[in-house]
Amino acid sequence: MSTMVGSQAIIRCLKEEGVDIIFGYPGGAVIELYDELCKTDIKHILVRHEQGAVHAADGYARATGKVGVAVLTSGPGATNGVTAIATAYCDSIPLVVLTGQVPRALIGNDAFQEVDIVGITRPCTKHNYLVNDPEQLVPTLREAFYIAASGRPGPVLIDLPKDVIASFIAYPEQKETRMQTYQPNVKPHPGQIEKACKALLQSQKPVLYVGGGVILSDAHEELTHLARTLNIPVTMTLMGLGGFPGTDSLSLGMLGMHGTYAANMAVAKSDLLIAVGSRFDDRVTGKLDAFAPDAKIIHIDIDPTSISKNVDVDVPIVADCKLALQAINACLEANPSFSPQEIASRHNAWVEQVNEWENKHPLAYQEEGDIIKPQYVIEKINELTRGDALITTEVGQNQMWTAQFYKFNQPRRFLTSGGLGTMGYGLPAAIGAKLAYPQLDVIDIAGDGSIQMNIQELATAKQWGANVKVAILNNNYLGMVRQWQELFYNRHYASTVMEHTPDFVALAQAYGAVGLRAKTKDEVEPVIKEALATDNVVIMDFAISREEGVFPMVPAGKATTEMLLV
Amino acid sequence: MKHTLSVLLQNKPGALSRVTGLFSGRCFNIESLCVAETMDPSISCLTLVTRGEESVIEQVMKQLHKLIDVVKVTDICENEYVEREMVLIRVKADAGTRAEVLRIIDIFRGKVVDVSANSYAVEVTGSESKIKAVIDILKPLGIKEIIRTGTIAMARAPKNR
Ligand SMILES: Cc1ncc(C[n+]2csc(CCOP(=O)(O)OP(=O)(O)O)c2C)c(N)n1
Ligand SMILES: [Mg+2]
Repeated sequence: MSTMVGSQAIIRCLKEEGVDIIFGYPGGAVIELYDELCKTDIKHILVRHEQGAVHAADGYARATGKVGVAVLTSGPGATNGVTAIATAYCDSIPLVVLTGQVPRALIGNDAFQEVDIVGITRPCTKHNYLVNDPEQLVPTLREAFYIAASGRPGPVLIDLPKDVIASFIAYPEQKETRMQTYQPNVKPHPGQIEKACKALLQSQKPVLYVGGGVILSDAHEELTHLARTLNIPVTMTLMGLGGFPGTDSLSLGMLGMHGTYAANMAVAKSDLLIAVGSRFDDRVTGKLDAFAPDAKIIHIDIDPTSISKNVDVDVPIVADCKLALQAINACLEANPSFSPQEIASRHNAWVEQVNEWENKHPLAYQEEGDIIKPQYVIEKINELTRGDALITTEVGQNQMWTAQFYKFNQPRRFLTSGGLGTMGYGLPAAIGAKLAYPQLDVIDIAGDGSIQMNIQELATAKQWGANVKVAILNNNYLGMVRQWQELFYNRHYASTVMEHTPDFVALAQAYGAVGLRAKTKDEVEPVIKEALATDNVVIMDFAISREEGVFPMVPAGKATTEMLLV
Repeated sequence: MKHTLSVLLQNKPGALSRVTGLFSGRCFNIESLCVAETMDPSISCLTLVTRGEESVIEQVMKQLHKLIDVVKVTDICENEYVEREMVLIRVKADAGTRAEVLRIIDIFRGKVVDVSANSYAVEVTGSESKIKAVIDILKPLGIKEIIRTGTIAMARAPKNR
């Protein structure tokens, strides 16, 4: 057992946990930690705002499946990170956030830059700690990584008093972390799997309703196998996009408030809904009693609190999605009377019905001569990146158009703030993802409002050579709010007109990035091509049709079959 | 429906606020709450009385269980159990009512714990309904102050066969 300073122990432990990149911002309370950090080969990405650090760590985590790590100083450094921590919490993203704290003797004294960050983040972390005993430093870190990544993942915060970071401690041997009070159940109950299989074999009109859990547990292959073998249409939530290939003929795209006509109709008329890693969010279900009224429901989720929270479930399966789907696939195959061809062809009529809905009301928009339609921009980006780019978004119409019109064929290629809907997420998340996968095209599809919430991270992207592209769908409005005002508030555009907007091309240049602008439809393709070919950070400013809406739309609280169409 | 939950939780700083924060954050109601160490000083036992429909209570239990510091959650009402609450009541006791107060307290097996020129402080222990009854009976005599502990509860041992 060797003795070392707390800061050295932290770094050593981070390395044992496989951390090779940290996003952060220094300050007095973490200065010792930074002093050690600069001596190691762990890459530290200095951001320009702590919210950016945590979003970047989150983007890195979503893209790679690893735990993202951020370091923030005490007081304002820590509070600046809160929105991003809550963002990760709402989307179940594994993070370890280390915050500095004033020395133990000063805690509770209203010391300079003291804030009770453990208290503040209690409801928006999976768990958090204040390390009071230096000997608990390393065990706490190990626990934090274990908690963040296991079960339903989530952010874990560790508050580190300055004198704890500076204490001498004995470095404890590495051993498997086991916790008496935390043992998430990952294995499905065999009896429940049998019930699910029985329901699957009996169903005439099944639909798979897939959420972020499929991405988090890397269950896309098992899911795709099940859907294709049994010929079951698949719809995805915003968080589930990429969990099943978007270009597959069985894909119905997204469901819910801005879901496709076919997806919402299919769910409404189904006789069996197989929810996998999704949580019946109000943006998905609309009016609850009209949601899948005739369906038997199978719900696979690792978090027992998600089950029967909003909707009563017939076959609950508390388990990791991947293990549960593997078990279902295996159980079906082990059944001597199981004939995949027979089941698949039995579903043909249903799939035809679903296709009819797709053909009746496909995702669509109206052309308007020269004017740039945002949907067209997304279609072009999709085409020119062959659907292979890693896309992040901001929040609002930009996010919904992306979800509708970009066809994600792989998991972990679409990073968006779903649960919290955090404007300002996309750019820092794109930087985190680009640093994980420098060879991928990483594009933040942004709104003119949202991009200004973390625009300072352009400097981060430049400093670290994270050559992300930003496509601003510039409507000069807080467009999504404007759309609600248009539809439900007599077109009173209260505070949604962006009366002053910066010149984004000049702004890009001021950061040493490249700025491109498209004002007409025929300029769209050349701008995207040039951006993709440019070895620099690029902002593309697309002047889109200003009052374009996102459709279909289910007004809040209405049944999902009551869609407003284009 | 009223439910009495027994929650074993790690005796760590902040653990209690995780529980209370869960109730306030999710708009679950708490009627009473009692916490103290168990035989194992690293674990506290928290007895919590809450009210709600079955589906809400199910969520409450699952959410409590999800807290990392929580060891075990039981709905005590699911089986036979005993519950007790203690109340301290300061009641007016002048020459005219003193004897009456003592008689009432005696019926409820309570005792006087503090005496002043014109009041008694009395202690009564019992089930929620007994506490309610003693308060109702003393009220007309003039209650000055009431302090209640909230309910604690314990499952009954299984009967020998
Ligand atoms: C931090 C934050 N503040 C406010 C909102 C509410 N909100 C949701 S969408 C939206 C408009 C976003 O405007 P813009 O980024 O221009 O996107 P558009 O809808 O125009 O594509 C707003 C204000 C939010 N989601 N996040
Ligand atoms: Mg806008």
